[in-house]
Amino acid sequence: MKYLDEYRDEALANGIVSEIRRLVTKPWVLMEVCGGQTHSIVKYGIDRLLPNEIELVHGPGCPVCVTSLEMIDKALAIARQPDVIFCSFGDMLRVPGSDCDLLILKSRGCDVRVVYSPIDCLKIARANPEKKVVFFAIGFETTAPGNAMAVWQAHQQRIKNFSVLVSHVLVPPAMASILQSPLNRVQGFLGPGHVCTVMGYREYEPIAQRYRVPIVITGFEPIDILEGTLMTIRQLEAGKAEVENQYPRVVSRDGNRVAQDLVNNVFEVGDRKWRGVGSIPKSGYKLRYEFHAHDAERLFDVQEIDTKEPEICISGLVLRGVKKPHDCPAFGTLCNPERPLGATMVSAEGACAAYYAYGRHLQKPALAKAS
Amino acid sequence: MSPNESAIGAAQPAAATSLLTASCPLPIADYKEIVLAHGSGGKLSHQLIDKIILPQFQNDLLAPLHDGAIFSLGEGRVAFSTDSYVVSPIFFPGGDIGTLAVHGTVNDLAMCGARPRYLSVGFILEEGLPMEEFWRIVQSMRAAADEAGVQLVTGDTKVVDRGKADKIFINTAGIGVVPNGIDIRPTRAQIGDQIIISGAIAVHGIAIMSVREGLEFETEIASDTAALNGLVEVILRVCPDVHVLRDPTRGGVTSSVTEIAQSAKVGVQLQEAAIPISEEVKGACEILGLDPLYVANEGKLIAVVPPAEAQNVLTAMRAHSLGKEAAIIGEVVNDHPGFVTMKTRVGGMRVVDMLSGEQLPRIC
Repeated sequence: MKYLDEYRDEALANGIVSEIRRLVTKPWVLMEVCGGQTHSIVKYGIDRLLPNEIELVHGPGCPVCVTSLEMIDKALAIARQPDVIFCSFGDMLRVPGSDCDLLILKSRGCDVRVVYSPIDCLKIARANPEKKVVFFAIGFETTAPGNAMAVWQAHQQRIKNFSVLVSHVLVPPAMASILQSPLNRVQGFLGPGHVCTVMGYREYEPIAQRYRVPIVITGFEPIDILEGTLMTIRQLEAGKAEVENQYPRVVSRDGNRVAQDLVNNVFEVGDRKWRGVGSIPKSGYKLRYEFHAHDAERLFDVQEIDTKEPEICISGLVLRGVKKPHDCPAFGTLCNPERPLGATMVSAEGACAAYYAYGRHLQKPALAKAS
Repeated sequence: MSPNESAIGAAQPAAATSLLTASCPLPIADYKEIVLAHGSGGKLSHQLIDKIILPQFQNDLLAPLHDGAIFSLGEGRVAFSTDSYVVSPIFFPGGDIGTLAVHGTVNDLAMCGARPRYLSVGFILEEGLPMEEFWRIVQSMRAAADEAGVQLVTGDTKVVDRGKADKIFINTAGIGVVPNGIDIRPTRAQIGDQIIISGAIAVHGIAIMSVREGLEFETEIASDTAALNGLVEVILRVCPDVHVLRDPTRGGVTSSVTEIAQSAKVGVQLQEAAIPISEEVKGACEILGLDPLYVANEGKLIAVVPPAEAQNVLTAMRAHSLGKEAAIIGEVVNDHPGFVTMKTRVGGMRVVDMLSGEQLPRIC
């Protein structure tokens, strides 16, 4: 398939791996920012192709994982109400709140629906004027334009029974927070390809300069990730710390201005609580005042819900690249996708869930011999 | 058909076909939808059976309309299987719930190495189901049964209140005969055995998903639903010593292969690049964020065969209309018993494990 098969080519992959081997002279810790990249790395066994000197740690870029427990509880409180149709992206449905998840509410008769686009919710709202249709607007800058568009259209078309529960998060503040931590081990980043498709990569330049860290905006296919790794290693070995673009077929320095304008019209930057990490200043989007009529948090009076994260798992450390999933004693035993204890096990893109799905908890019996 | 009023012959297929026309003189045409009385055991029940069901399934074993069908099976061991069908939507590109209900049970029997012979059918109808839709489903079942060479010899119909079912649920059970000398079961997978898939994967699941989610792709993806007993005959003819057959339905290729590895306590190593998948399905999976290895198939089988026979089996399968794209996708190995590993397209290695629940589309 065009634009896919070329990026999954074994010979090409081997060539890049050889080049990385030739270049690398000492150990380096790289972080891939996006959950999609983590998923790809584990799915294709990319980390196992790399020389031992290179350690990939997995970043905070899984939007489902970092959505705070408090926000999930708010979603559940809203979805429980009898006159509500609660719409969400598919992988939010199994994310556990304090007492249950959206799939369980669905089985109890609540109207919970999976949508592929928030715009679909407007159709549902028009078809069900007696119901309140709520969309769970989560994600990084990537999903913000679609969510902003849904709110914008609802506002323009006076669809009064549509609202959004906003839990948007932003990548640059999270990267800065990782780099400021005294525990930080990350020396280079594979930057977030899809986030930068929308936002461009200008805003990463000050981060690279300030923290002396190379950031290579990277795609999601195996060849993208290998090439991103090669470019980062090349910079590290040469003592450089710049922003480079591995993903120019999609990403430009300025990004998608139309999308950015739309996002800025609907949202403003505010503080946001991250699951497993805590509150990070100016790390999320909130609806602007003009759109408060579509703000589910206000409409349903759930602002008071304030859930504490259980202090039992190390997902906060995993999200910041300090620990790996199998450093956790609960990984694959007490904690698994059926009964996740924390952020990184809840979505397929979370580092712990990806490790689990691709058998990393079985590492000893299964893969040690096979590879 | 439990009502014991003999009605065979009263309704010829030609008369039944006219049900679809507005000028139909038959009383049942007064009911455009299924009503509770169609399951009451009274006159309306009999009309439904006589006019809609029996004309399609006429055969000597069904004809007496006794409480059950009576027959002998001759030589060989008997395979017996059942499955229930609750697919939504009930009509989808490439088939409907009726075709699926026949193919599914026929295939389960075929995977035992049996020649499927007789099926039972149980309908659970939701009040309000359009009569025309039921009629189409019954016709599809007949066509599927004819094609697979099986007879529907006994059945039952119930109607439940609106909201208590999703239009129509169908259960079928089937009986087949396993020829002497055939011994197919998951525990027979042995080190060195080759794993063959009969064609491109993940078609059915994506066909259903595209209708369910209202997604439109440039080319319509039609379900691969098909009766596989003909293909199994072909395989058994060239290799009576087939060790395992599985049809990778729910849970996809991953679940079937993992179950084989676990039952036989052997390892399985797959080659991602060898697994056939169509461009359309691959594209749809990419868009939907799904892994095709976990997506359902309804007209594909996995054969585990001794290495010396693999090429013959492959050649024979490729000569059959349902096996044109057959391919060897892996082998049974000594390492990691109970687990399936896969060499990925880029040369990495990973474990392939069953999912905990339904595969949910990813956000990005």
